[in-house]
Amino acid sequence: MLPIIQVGPLALQVPGVILLVGLWLGLLLSERRARRIGDNPAELYNMVFIGLIAGVIGARLSYAITYPDAFSGNLQNLVSLNPGLLDPFAGALIGIAAVVIYMYRKSLPVWRTLDNLTPLFAVMAIAIGLSHLASGNAFGAPTVVPWGIHLWGSLRHPTQVYEIITASLILIAILIIDRTRWVETSGNIFLAFMSLMAISRLFIEAFRGDSILIANEFRLAQVVAWLILAACLGLFGWRVSLRKKDKETIG
Amino acid sequence: MNNITPFKWIVFSLLLLSLGAVWIWVSSAPPGSTTQGDIPAPQKGFLAPDFELETLDHTVYKLSDLRGKPVLINFWASWCPPCRSEMPAIQNVYDEYRDQGFEVLAINSTHQDNLGDAITFAQIRQLTFPILLDRDGAVGNLYEIRSLPTSYFIDKKGIIQDVVIGGPMAEALLIIRAEQLFADTP
Repeated sequence: MLPIIQVGPLALQVPGVILLVGLWLGLLLSERRARRIGDNPAELYNMVFIGLIAGVIGARLSYAITYPDAFSGNLQNLVSLNPGLLDPFAGALIGIAAVVIYMYRKSLPVWRTLDNLTPLFAVMAIAIGLSHLASGNAFGAPTVVPWGIHLWGSLRHPTQVYEIITASLILIAILIIDRTRWVETSGNIFLAFMSLMAISRLFIEAFRGDSILIANEFRLAQVVAWLILAACLGLFGWRVSLRKKDKETIG
Repeated sequence: MNNITPFKWIVFSLLLLSLGAVWIWVSSAPPGSTTQGDIPAPQKGFLAPDFELETLDHTVYKLSDLRGKPVLINFWASWCPPCRSEMPAIQNVYDEYRDQGFEVLAINSTHQDNLGDAITFAQIRQLTFPILLDRDGAVGNLYEIRSLPTSYFIDKKGIIQDVVIGGPMAEALLIIRAEQLFADTP
């Protein structure tokens, strides 16, 4: 665990630094992919940064709307650097909405663009695992396994390490799949990534010590991951049947 | 992908989703098994580690004696600019909520600070909440403090509800967290 690095008078928040490095590396990989298939990488950069800026502004405004009394006394609070004053769910929705609008205005093909962004998503999944390891968040349940780590008063499953390992394997798998005939159909890389991430979350969440429970016993993240997996498999199946029909029509 | 028929895909999907559903059921957790409220650790969701410290006038404060009240623990030092910046906001929020039972324990990292400077700062800023002196750094170590300021928002049951590393904290953040501490635990 290393949440802070002191560089002279500056206290660097390591999880944040890791996420920024992940964003940079992920964008580099996505840029390479876009160039390889003949797309304009500048569109990717613009889209990601518009999404991020809209997401951060939206997250702060949503928080201010939720707690107007706390902000009304001093509007400087709106530009405070405290990440605790952000609504991550609303920020994600607004960021995605901004990206969708950008794609629509630039007439970018949805599945092809998502495929181009997949290396970025895969690298960010590793970066999130590393940031959890640095902060001690997303910790595991108490255990007696020999590879357990001492954290927060107990020997625990190193769920952050599980996260990093599975996300790294998924990145490698995506890079391999990207060189096969699977890429002939746009969207396959993205759907493969989402399916693999959902499977890994289904598996790892079972070892977490901080799961949110629903119906008093089921882990919410597993249920969400299962639904995402079902949606991805359904989309795959639908596309397989469409291709088959197309072939029959042509035949 | 070209060799996959829709039928084969449906069978594969149903098998995978069934396995997933069984895994969710097998790894389900009984109520309370994933909450860490009984273990003391300086992390959100855990019991705030107990300590006992003296103020400048030798009044002794023990964290567990404040059970039943929302508490903000703020680790600070007089040489630390963000610590100095956020103190007026902490004082404002303390003034606003103290009548409802809100407590602020400002723990001065005395082993890293000049006690005279800390006293002068508290007097100039007219801080009315208790300034506790961590003379040997034991409480800082207990809370694994790596950066100043660091703040812990603790609910009435003694559970840490939020940790803010670094600063200065905006007054809005302090107000919202104080309101949440009152709202979350009746």
